[in-house]
Amino acid sequence: MWRDALTVAGRDLRIEFRSRVALNQVVPFAFIVLLLFGFALDPDRGILQKVTPGLFWVTVLLSALVVVQRSFAIERSDGGRDALRVGGIDPAGVFLGKGAAIVVVLGLLEVALLAAVAVLYGAPLRGWPLLVVTAFVSTVGIVAPGTVYGALASGLRVRETVLPLLFLPVVAPVMIGATRAFEAAFDGSSAAGWRWCGLLGVFAVAYTALGMLLFEPLLEES
Amino acid sequence: MTITGTGSRATRALGLVTLALCALLALLGLVLSPPDVAMGEAVRLFYVHVPAAIASYAGIAVVGVGSVLYLWKRSLTWDLLAAAGAEIALVFTALTLVTGSLWGRPTWGTYWEWDPRLTATAVLFLLLLGHVAVRAAGGDVHTRARRSAVVGLLATVDVPIVRYSVDWWRSLHQPATLSKLDPTIDGLMLFTAFVGIVAFMAAFLWLLVHRFRVAWLEERAEEQTLVGAIAERRAEGGRS
Repeated sequence: MWRDALTVAGRDLRIEFRSRVALNQVVPFAFIVLLLFGFALDPDRGILQKVTPGLFWVTVLLSALVVVQRSFAIERSDGGRDALRVGGIDPAGVFLGKGAAIVVVLGLLEVALLAAVAVLYGAPLRGWPLLVVTAFVSTVGIVAPGTVYGALASGLRVRETVLPLLFLPVVAPVMIGATRAFEAAFDGSSAAGWRWCGLLGVFAVAYTALGMLLFEPLLEES
Repeated sequence: MTITGTGSRATRALGLVTLALCALLALLGLVLSPPDVAMGEAVRLFYVHVPAAIASYAGIAVVGVGSVLYLWKRSLTWDLLAAAGAEIALVFTALTLVTGSLWGRPTWGTYWEWDPRLTATAVLFLLLLGHVAVRAAGGDVHTRARRSAVVGLLATVDVPIVRYSVDWWRSLHQPATLSKLDPTIDGLMLFTAFVGIVAFMAAFLWLLVHRFRVAWLEERAEEQTLVGAIAERRAEGGRS
């Protein structure tokens, strides 16, 4: 399973490295979202700075949607999905591999976004251990259900429209938890932040386990 | 299992009991029970709001159980049960949201307050909409069943996490609006609330059984149409 996961993750990241879709399309998308928030809320730095954690995570969620869609568009083209099934790759391995590749892409995007909010919104980046751990567990928590729903939606004719409806309500707790944890880190009051981080960890573990179990019935479909 | 109609003698009896309970609830809730000291007449909404909320959680429990059992047994019966549970839960969550907002207007002064329960119910409503949307997207019955079971399971697991996180998030700002039924509550009011819960659970069961039977008959009808069409074509071939 782990070796299959590494193979799939390696393949997805290689495709990304060669096609540069995330770099050339998703990063600019995230950047324009940040600018739009600036237009909507007036670049009066007071407001933007205050709500930076929330805006950051909304931007990550929207970008995750795009990245997940891209990840399964790869499978649809050139019969990638059938190749995975015929290749005898463990479904749990496919889930972990595709998920890991999306986590890497989103993680890099988050680094760029953090730099961007520091510059554009004047956000005080502080409490680094909490920020890094929160970003990691939240990203896993976002990607795990995202990968399951991406696979599920890719088999449907209404895939583009149904994916956000399925995906966004499920990750509502991640949005709450990650935002509070970031707020706590920026305020320098880490204790409350670590509690949220614990909840995010539980969410990430639960949905990763579910994804490993549920990917097999999803790959069965024609 | 053979089902020949949408109801049976037992469900008709259940339906009559439900109707009687609803009439009793209307009488108790609207006429006999006194207005609340603090909330006034608005308290009457609770006799509908709380039972509706309980019924919606019962509905999502049916979705969870049906989804797990389908993935385990691969029997369409469980899939149809989960689907029926999701649709009915959707109706009851909508009712919970509407009555909650109506109650909020005289009590909080706004239709929407970021109350933990109301917020969690709104997320639950959207989760259920996703389930119904996946079912509506069609496909082969077993493919559809697998997809809905996955959605149902992911949504069910999310419900307690949503509740917990929203509770925790809002409790930092404001105390829970109405933590429990006041122990000093008027006896008749408590009884009315109890009748409300029983009446709504009876209605929930009645709807669940009927929705399930309709779905089951739909499956059969589709199968029969297909079998009939094939037989017709064969007969045509024989004649020529």
